[in-house]
Amino acid sequence: MSAQPLPAAPGRSTIRRWTRLSSGFTSGFGLLIVALIFVPVVLGANTVQDLTTLLTYVLMGVMWNALAGYGGLVSVGQQAYIGLGAYATVWLADHSVNPYLGMLLATLFCGAVAVPLSFVMLRFRGAQFAIGTWVVAEALAIWVSLDNALGAGTGTSLSQLDSYAPTSREHYTFWLTLGFTAFFTGALFVLLRSRLGSSLQAIRDDEDAAASVGVRVVAGKRILFLLAAAGAGAAGAMTLANTLFIEPTSVFSVNYTAFMIFIVLVGGLGTFEGPIIGAIVLYEMQNLLGNDGVWYLVALGGAAMAFALFLPRGIWGTLEERTGLRLMPLGYRVGRAKSAAAPEEP
Amino acid sequence: MTWVNDVIQGIMLGGFYGMLACGLALMFGLMRIINLAHGDIAVLGAYLIYVVLEHWNTSPFLAILPVLPVMLLLGYFLQRLLLERSLRSGLLVPLLTTFGLSIVIQNLLEQGFSPDVRSLGAQAGSVATASWQITSQLSIPAIGALTLGVAIVIFGGLQLFLSRTQSGRQMRATAQDPDTAELVGINSRAVYARATAIAVAIAAIGGMFLAIRSDFYPYSGPTYLIFAFEAVVIGGLGGSLWATLLGGIVLGVAQTIGGQINPEYPVLAGHIVFLLVLLSPRGGLVNLRRVTA
Repeated sequence: MSAQPLPAAPGRSTIRRWTRLSSGFTSGFGLLIVALIFVPVVLGANTVQDLTTLLTYVLMGVMWNALAGYGGLVSVGQQAYIGLGAYATVWLADHSVNPYLGMLLATLFCGAVAVPLSFVMLRFRGAQFAIGTWVVAEALAIWVSLDNALGAGTGTSLSQLDSYAPTSREHYTFWLTLGFTAFFTGALFVLLRSRLGSSLQAIRDDEDAAASVGVRVVAGKRILFLLAAAGAGAAGAMTLANTLFIEPTSVFSVNYTAFMIFIVLVGGLGTFEGPIIGAIVLYEMQNLLGNDGVWYLVALGGAAMAFALFLPRGIWGTLEERTGLRLMPLGYRVGRAKSAAAPEEP
Repeated sequence: MTWVNDVIQGIMLGGFYGMLACGLALMFGLMRIINLAHGDIAVLGAYLIYVVLEHWNTSPFLAILPVLPVMLLLGYFLQRLLLERSLRSGLLVPLLTTFGLSIVIQNLLEQGFSPDVRSLGAQAGSVATASWQITSQLSIPAIGALTLGVAIVIFGGLQLFLSRTQSGRQMRATAQDPDTAELVGINSRAVYARATAIAVAIAAIGGMFLAIRSDFYPYSGPTYLIFAFEAVVIGGLGGSLWATLLGGIVLGVAQTIGGQINPEYPVLAGHIVFLLVLLSPRGGLVNLRRVTA
């Protein structure tokens, strides 16, 4: 947690977390977020909307990566929280809660729903977890589509947002999306740098071995499960704020998980920076191939397959591996101590 | 009496789910992977039968004959070109690869066949509609009885194959311990490819019944993958093959009874039974450790 070098073998080497590059990059990252706050003031409405979409993708990717890349849990059911976040916002707005406050509450609600669910789901690994989460999403979709108060199968809209002028609505939505993305990315960053971070990476690398040396595997996974649920819920609320209309079949669609998997596999599974790159690639691909084209989805699935098989560490992971570049201070580096008079190597 | 009728309909529906689950269970028992594109492969089989029927005016039951060898080859190459490579890199990669494959198959089907909803029920002739009226409230549809019969034949045939043939014994040995099996001269990669070929061909038979019993469209696959997986889990992952058929029947009965309570509930009832089974201490009806495969 501290920027101080940790004490190491006397006079021989030090363990460092921060390098000049990583402190520069981390502050650059912080500055970028601050700069983004001013985007609506400076740039036009189209840019604001595009960036909102991009930031939502980043949020989805970062959260799915938290679960799969650090917890080793492949979920095919994160659309459960996308839908839940969106529908909880609508429900709250219908009960005269301010829609933007409702989006915050809906995010918390998704995290809360994940608490009991985690006790069921974390008993599973691999395929059981994947399809278990998927069934939960399907069951929720059916349940919502049978609920007339929520518009049943035909969907519902967040009409309360109409009371805002379109421009200020877009600005608020952008700021909230930026806030959510920054908050959840930052939360993951802090989590990974804490003591828990090392346990999480141990769990990902070998769950049984980690458990055997005293890592509390389930506790670590649960924190990721809750974080990912709340993050996906926030992304769902943002999707609603962006489109203003939702229906069960589309908002609970497994395509959201397809996007997340693509983003993370292309960017780099288990790397912090990867999902950001993956989100940009997905966003550019949509611009290039058109959003609802069939070929675009074929390319999406094909690319996910190709990356899983031939470049499992993704673009960023491969780059890190080849160059030894570390932009974020998440690992530990062993360096020679500068001050101590290190004796010559024998 | 309606309840008895529901249970009987559910058992026959369960035969259909068991058939879809069979290949999934075979691959899981052998390689410990779940093929997330299994439902889409069944739907692909239905479309291939549809293509044959466009050129040859016959029944789907005959049209599947040229489709089966194609599916066997497809399964063989699926294993050799994709899954074999993904198996080398842990448990996550096969899930991600087959999920990508699932999206590719769905969208290529939409590209090739348009998103229209189709059914092969009409081409199947009287089998699809006939039924035996036993009492006023109890009737047995011919297609239901045929589905269950074919499912029993498939499971029985696979059981015989695994216990009586050289190739089947190799599969069981590889399922128990691939390294030791290699030591005694079994080529595990060839065994895996054969098993995937069989799993894909059985999925196509499931696809045929899917197309006759109800309608299908390019995105039907995931729904049936979930049903098939539910059947496998309810039967007890890593249990015997017959437990998978039993799991399918439990799912089928849960769905028909759910549908009796409220016409909108059948699928939800199935999901709830599945989640309850997951919650149960043993996590499956039959949890015998790899009795057969």
